[in-house]
Amino acid sequence: MSRETAVNLLLALLLLGAPLMAAGMGEPFYVTLATRVVVLALAAVGLNLALGLGGLLSFGHAAFFGLGGYVAGILATHAFNAEPLFADIPGTTSMPLIWITAVAVAGLVALPIGAISLRTSGVYFIMITLAFAQMIYYFAISWPAYGGEDGLSLSMRNAFPGVNTAKPLPYFLICYAALMAMLVLFHRVEGSRFGSALQAARQNGTRLAAVGIAPFNIRLVAFAVSAMITGFAGALYADLNRFVGPSMLSWHMSGELIVLIILGGKGRLFGPVAGAMIFVFFEYVLGGITERWQFFLGLILLGIVLFARGGLLGLLSGKPRHV
Amino acid sequence: MFTTLLIEQLLNGLQLGVMLFLMAAGLTLIFGVMGLINLAHGSLYMIGAFACATVAAATGSFWIGLIASLAAAAGVGAIIEVAVIRRLYDRDHLDQVLATFALILILSEGARWLFGSFPLYLDIPPQLQGAVALPGGGQYQLYRLAIIGVGVAVAAGLYLLISRTRLGMRIRAGESDREMIGALGVDIGTLYTVVFALGAALAGLAGALVGALQSVQVGMGEPVLILAFVVIVIGGIGSIKGALVGAVIVGVVDTMGRFLLPSLLALTMPASQATTIGAALASMLIYVVMALILAFRPSGLFSAQS
Repeated sequence: MSRETAVNLLLALLLLGAPLMAAGMGEPFYVTLATRVVVLALAAVGLNLALGLGGLLSFGHAAFFGLGGYVAGILATHAFNAEPLFADIPGTTSMPLIWITAVAVAGLVALPIGAISLRTSGVYFIMITLAFAQMIYYFAISWPAYGGEDGLSLSMRNAFPGVNTAKPLPYFLICYAALMAMLVLFHRVEGSRFGSALQAARQNGTRLAAVGIAPFNIRLVAFAVSAMITGFAGALYADLNRFVGPSMLSWHMSGELIVLIILGGKGRLFGPVAGAMIFVFFEYVLGGITERWQFFLGLILLGIVLFARGGLLGLLSGKPRHV
Repeated sequence: MFTTLLIEQLLNGLQLGVMLFLMAAGLTLIFGVMGLINLAHGSLYMIGAFACATVAAATGSFWIGLIASLAAAAGVGAIIEVAVIRRLYDRDHLDQVLATFALILILSEGARWLFGSFPLYLDIPPQLQGAVALPGGGQYQLYRLAIIGVGVAVAAGLYLLISRTRLGMRIRAGESDREMIGALGVDIGTLYTVVFALGAALAGLAGALVGALQSVQVGMGEPVLILAFVVIVIGGIGSIKGALVGAVIVGVVDTMGRFLLPSLLALTMPASQATTIGAALASMLIYVVMALILAFRPSGLFSAQS
């Protein structure tokens, strides 16, 4: 077992054990905090597929995160008001159905955005993904049917068969299981032929083309899958807060997702998990000390970018993954 | 009546375009010369607006405020360049994005610390208050016309600076071959600081000018920053000419879309519905235009790097 695997296992156990203990001690707040870590980590796992493996610096993943959230919010609202969504398709409060829809919507939106954005590279790609995310953000703000600027509140958490989702711990376990499932998926993708092609596309697209694999298609699929995972996380996030609003779509969110990955370690399996743990920890601890916590978060982030490349996992498990 | 309104909206679009040009010119210059993507450019715009509002309130003169805004933005820009940005030129875009994102957090929160969360207000200078008659019988705010004039003057000044002066020659040389001009004995570190401060001053100027039209508050730079990104993506990153053309396209398309789309839709649907749908579609219009332009020219209209 390599050092990184040991660190990963430790993180997974820590993330499961801490809320179990907190629940045992009757501290539901910390369970919710841990759920926040898990859901943000899941969103970043999605981005990590594009950014870490594929080298696609998407500055617009908030779009997919928010879309997933809005899918959950809109479906639940329709179900609650007993209004059909279109013609005779009703809304739903069933989590599995909502997840499938969120993933599908995120994927369907990601395909055209990816197809246009991936024609470019470098700084253009960063700015175009950002611009598309802003487009969806402004649309959400100016479209009054689903709350516009105020967002949508969910009157209660959606339902999962056989689980009481209203309680913090069962909902944490659902999210934790989702995160673990997606980490397994990420690991499988990384080791697959597709994953090798994707990493080759990051390292040298021309060479990949020379051996007969079109980098564009590989990247597009990776971008869409990445968006789907982030969209899934968005649906969970909406249920966690029982609220979805334009802030989920904002570019700050996109920036935060990138920050999570860098804090943890880019391209590493558990990078997003470690990153989300640090981020929520800072947010909670600094936020408790000072109202100006973002100022200090900025300073810490700046320090990490300038002086400690490789993130937490780079620090804990030594050797760099990517050269 | 309609023509007057149309002219007025066109001028509004032009005024927005000019503002965007001031932002985009700095961004594109910094990218062209140093290869750096600077997300914190919107914060420099905010700093310009805050400096102008504070100094104008203290001295009672908008013009002193305007000078203060240039000095503050250029000064903060130079400090940032020396302290942080300088270390990022050799890094990949990811590090640049993150470090400048961190700068936004620091500068926004810092501004909130210093000035509080309440917006500041800045009055239009007395010399520029009032309106001008438009051909066709309408009236147009003099101050907005003055902004358009400033933008045109800055565009011309930048053109002369870059094509006619020694500094401009070095900037152009820096764009085409960084190492060579270093080898020829140009102090490249100073050149970079000067270019960054120049870009920052332009952003600060834009912030101060717009500050008199809107309220001055934390976060005001971010929407403008993103529009400026759209501008330089359309125009071609690194090209000042592209920034000018892109800025006018974005300014006019955005303004005219908001003006015309609701009335166009009203021809086919009830008026109240047309207003909301029109507004929603208009907010997406420039991004659609950007996507269309990129579909045909992936590196923008006037790419400096092709």
